[in-house]
Amino acid sequence: MTARDTDWDGVRLHVVTGKGGTGKTTVAAALALALAHGGRKVLLIEAEGRQGIARLFDRPPLPYEERKIAIGPGSGGGSGGGGDVFALAIDPEGALLDYLQMFYGMRSAGRALTRLGMVDFATTIAPGLSDVLVTGKATEATRRRATPSRTDKYVYDAVVMDAPPTGRIARFLNVSTEVSGLAKVGPIRSHADSVANVIRSPQTAVHFVSTLEEMPVQETLDGIAELNEVKGMQVGGIMINMARPAVLPREELKKEPDIAALASSLARAGLRSADSLAGALAAELDEHARHVELTDRRRAELTAAGQPMYELRLCTGGIDLAALHGLAAQLREQGAA
Amino acid sequence: MTPENPRLDVDRIIDDRRARIIVCCGSGGVGKTTTAAAIGLRAAERGRQVCVLTVDPARRLAQSMGLTSLDNTPRRVDGVSVEAGGSMHAMMLDMKRTFDEVVEAHADPARAAQILANPFYQALSSSFAGTQEYMAMEKLGQLRTSGEWDLIVVDTPPSRSALDFLDAPERLGRFLDGRLIKLLLTPAKATRPFTKVLNAGFSVVTGTLTKILGAQVLRDAQTFVTAFDTMFGGFRERAEATYRLLQAPGTSFLVVAAPEPDALREASYFVERLDEERMPLAGLVLNRVHRPTATRLSAARSLAAAETLEPMPNGSSAAESSQPPSQLPEPAPADVVAAAALRLHAARMNLGEREQRVAVTFTSAYPAVPILEVPALPEDVHDLAGLRRVGELLADEP
Ligand SMILES: Nc1ncnc2c1ncn2[C@@H]1O[C@H](COP(=O)(O)OP(=O)(O)OP(=O)(O)O)[C@@H](O)[C@H]1O
Ligand SMILES: Nc1ncnc2c1ncn2[C@@H]1O[C@H](COP(=O)(O)OP(=O)(O)OP(=O)(O)O)[C@@H](O)[C@H]1O
Ligand SMILES: [Mg+2]
Ligand SMILES: [Mg+2]
Repeated sequence: MTARDTDWDGVRLHVVTGKGGTGKTTVAAALALALAHGGRKVLLIEAEGRQGIARLFDRPPLPYEERKIAIGPGSGGGSGGGGDVFALAIDPEGALLDYLQMFYGMRSAGRALTRLGMVDFATTIAPGLSDVLVTGKATEATRRRATPSRTDKYVYDAVVMDAPPTGRIARFLNVSTEVSGLAKVGPIRSHADSVANVIRSPQTAVHFVSTLEEMPVQETLDGIAELNEVKGMQVGGIMINMARPAVLPREELKKEPDIAALASSLARAGLRSADSLAGALAAELDEHARHVELTDRRRAELTAAGQPMYELRLCTGGIDLAALHGLAAQLREQGAA
Repeated sequence: MTPENPRLDVDRIIDDRRARIIVCCGSGGVGKTTTAAAIGLRAAERGRQVCVLTVDPARRLAQSMGLTSLDNTPRRVDGVSVEAGGSMHAMMLDMKRTFDEVVEAHADPARAAQILANPFYQALSSSFAGTQEYMAMEKLGQLRTSGEWDLIVVDTPPSRSALDFLDAPERLGRFLDGRLIKLLLTPAKATRPFTKVLNAGFSVVTGTLTKILGAQVLRDAQTFVTAFDTMFGGFRERAEATYRLLQAPGTSFLVVAAPEPDALREASYFVERLDEERMPLAGLVLNRVHRPTATRLSAARSLAAAETLEPMPNGSSAAESSQPPSQLPEPAPADVVAAAALRLHAARMNLGEREQRVAVTFTSAYPAVPILEVPALPEDVHDLAGLRRVGELLADEP
């Protein structure tokens, strides 16, 4: 335990969604790293079975098995150093076999079903079913204790799930009424209900990753509104990803660039053809100013959603382990973990 | 930047009356919808009778084309110049509705009603991972057979992989043809001869399904499959006909990509696939390319000059670092602005170079593919003026 409070101290299951390509996998991994400080143990779950986490950590494809994938930042202050990040890639097939084993002790029947195309059936015609199985696995890991005793400590201090994109998140978390029609009764229904109990509890928060672009912002706002409709559902933070910092203070950017002054500065810095250069650089600066203005508007739109916001800078060199740790540090500094 | 590759000539394609279908493909978020709408507008203003089929357009862009409701029929777009005798219609795909219409067209009213009410059908038609692609193809087929337009520009659904557009219909077909479906059909068709093995398999399946889902769900599934069975053939035939349409001479594919490794990797998969399928590739649109204006000034030179004007202990810009460099003499305000402009320029040069390197990995592998670069505009494209501008850029007009 650390002395410092974070914005999500009571949360043990962090669901990370956002428009496709905005950085869900990257931010989920950074959040897992950020949470794995001071000896804490964190599980990072990939829900769509696309092996994005393995690729991100430069590993061979992950099996359906919880494996240590990274260590968190060292605490430096005596509390045991960095924690561990485990990873699990859930695919519907593995989740189904797991479910059959766990509830009915019938793994071999499950295999027969796989051969007969049952899994295809589940994922294709009844996507709600496979979602319940996947979220079920995540909630199971969240609630798992070292021994069955209700008082024993949890195996994982936190679970982070790289979830499907915004357009599918409500359905995925089984909060959309549409899906409940599929399984009105029966064991899967009660399983779904118990999963929903975890998901719609203060233990779970759904974070939204967004870039400061039109469609991701719109999808984030729509997604938040959709989840806010659901009783018990906790919308988490908005992680603005790939943010580009402004090169000058806002009031400076608002001014028309003074080309003559720019030219004389450039000349003083020893640059040739300072006059024509000044015109070109002023045009670039102007474009930047317009971009900053636009992204400020987008940021204000996101602010209106009333959720805590965090900003993660664009890593111009791309994402590697060092960059992930950098993003994790930004999340920690801003209190997200 | 790409001297080896031929330049993609969009005007030549849209001015050729034999061109009847243009399909814009690419991975998620690269600009497929924008490109499709911009090409549609340009073609209309050059005299073609155009219909643009969009999937999930950004809200403001949809509004600018007059698409305020998802009513699944092409609407005339106002504000399009008709001087050349052309016209533009646009529509947003409503996949569920398209699917419903296909069901209604293929089954008698009683059976259609039974299918539409079935929970499995509802799940399939609103959330199956390939339904949107399948229905985009279906709609394209409908628009083409209606004969009302002489050019149809098709946007493809947002998907991680461009290949999904070609694969999804087949996947749906394969599913509907699958073994499990056949098994589910057996009780309803007791006359069908089945082997012992399949029957044994069937009882395992039904037994387990009942256990997991409850008997009602299984009954729903069987009802659905039985009711749907008569239509399978029709579905597959239609999908195959549309697929053939994509191979026909009047069709061309435009692959859209951003100058990023993932997007270009997807683009190259797609280019290869088109070749295998003998589907005509018109070229690659490399969208949202960053071009610095002052290309003579290198990133390194620019950074060094910035450092002279405004020394930074950690090399980052003033807005980024938390503490002001107090130990250094305060630079003149004009120098601060100049240093910021120089650092900005350096970042742009680096970005431009990185994009070039990424683009070269594609062009060197596919030197014959025509390419066109569209610069990143400072604002997103949300009105007809913006689309017209992208159209000009696509035609390589300054
Ligand atoms: N802060 C960042 N700086 C630079 N690049 C980033 C950043 N965040 C993400 N990226 C890059 O953006 C791309 C998309 O990121 P990522 O795969 O995490 O997104 P995603 O939302 O999980 O995508 P998908 O919807 O395909 O699952 C990747 O190439 C990733 O390396
Ligand atoms: N050349 C450009 N310059 C600036 N913005 C652009 C450019 N091209 C597209 N955009 C913007 O990028 C965003 C994504 O574009 P668009 O919706 O066309 O992509 P898409 O490939 O259809 O995405 P999806 O896969 O989500 O359907 C839009 O906000 C659009 O306005
Ligand atoms: Mg991902
Ligand atoms: Mg689109």
